Amino acid sequence: MTKTEEIAQGVLAGDRRSIARAITIIENDAAEAPKLIASIYPRTGNAHVIGLTGPSGSGKSTLIEKIVREYRRRGKTVGVVAVDPTSPFTGGAFLGDRIRMQELSTDQGVFIRSMATRNYPGGIAKATRDSVKILDAGGKDIVMVETVGAGQSEVEIIKVAQTVVLIHAPGLGDEIQAIKAGLMEIADIFVINKADRENADKAVMDIQAILQLDDKEKAWKTPILKTVALTGEGVPQLIEKLEEHRRFLEKEIERRKSLVRAEAELIEAIKEKAANSVIEELRREGKFEELLQKILKKEVDPASVAEKLLHKKFKKT
Amino acid sequence: MQTTRKIRVLIAKPGLDSHDRGAKIVARALRDAGMEVIYTGLRQTPEQIVETALQEDVDVIGLSILSGAHKALFPRIMELLKERGLTDVLVFAGGIIPEEDIPEIKKLGIKQIFGPGTSTEKIIECVLENVPKRA
Repeated sequence: MTKTEEIAQGVLAGDRRSIARAITIIENDAAEAPKLIASIYPRTGNAHVIGLTGPSGSGKSTLIEKIVREYRRRGKTVGVVAVDPTSPFTGGAFLGDRIRMQELSTDQGVFIRSMATRNYPGGIAKATRDSVKILDAGGKDIVMVETVGAGQSEVEIIKVAQTVVLIHAPGLGDEIQAIKAGLMEIADIFVINKADRENADKAVMDIQAILQLDDKEKAWKTPILKTVALTGEGVPQLIEKLEEHRRFLEKEIERRKSLVRAEAELIEAIKEKAANSVIEELRREGKFEELLQKILKKEVDPASVAEKLLHKKFKKT
Repeated sequence: MQTTRKIRVLIAKPGLDSHDRGAKIVARALRDAGMEVIYTGLRQTPEQIVETALQEDVDVIGLSILSGAHKALFPRIMELLKERGLTDVLVFAGGIIPEEDIPEIKKLGIKQIFGPGTSTEKIIECVLENVPKRA
């Protein structure tokens, strides 16, 4: 058995070291990554994948810790991928989401992985989607993805999660109204955390007002819940809603979303491989630098360059 | 395809230290040097530290300890790392560790001990020079 096959077998057996190693392979986009995913892919699709997004200061990590504990009480196993931003200047990252969850690190039913965005946009890392698959194939009943904090435009999570939870808190300085339209549309559950604070009820009403503007007939009535993560208040009700949404998804609509997700993934994969094959060829032939110079000298624009290259490569108009 | 291989470092605080100023300075310096740094927070048991290192698949572990409990905790940590098969991880330590204890600690497999006042450049250098190369 090759090392990759060994790791794949380990993942499917739920071995934690294999799962960890597998996620690293995905993160580094190593040559073995496609084969690894191919090996475990048939065993994915069982986990409930939940995305949690929201501004920093909303208490996401603390709430997630309570949610994990509640799921554990109900006998479920949980994987958590906690994403933090990579510095665009240094390429490094400080991954501190674990701090609030460290008591769970020795629970064998919980697997927590901190992940840096490595400058991938939209709140998650490029590796997040496939890492979720690893945890799914590794037997986790629930996989939770905590996105980077800003919560304003982190809509990439929709490509990864089945249930999207938007967590906010009163008095954070961002007005609820500032939540960008895209994020409002993709959230399946709204949570006002730190609900013991003043203005919690106002925050709930603000969201209700925005949701009512959308008068389309919706099959899923987006709930707004209140929690106090520090005490755990409201968490069992949140789990109930998460379970309810999961049941809702198990019907027709999930099949449609999966199709969209699969389509997006396939198109992205084709785009990436096509681009890479053209660019690698250019670099090998030493032509890449030449074209860059032409662009800098304004002799030609990038779009025309790309057009010409693709025309040559695929011989179609 | 560009490999985006990054050095992943776990900065851990075993024992009952009440503050983590030093650990955070080192963590930030390593981040600014382009590494991905996972920080555990205070009051970690050896079991928590090793389990975290395993899940995060780190290349390096930095143990920060001020309370003098290194003699009890370091051997336990190194033993657990071995048990879990994490033998290819670079381990260094820092904080308040008396000079006379250093040879014993190095014998456990801890590569370097950085006392108070060590420049962060030195730590970065040590990591870059000694981080195990993975296939």
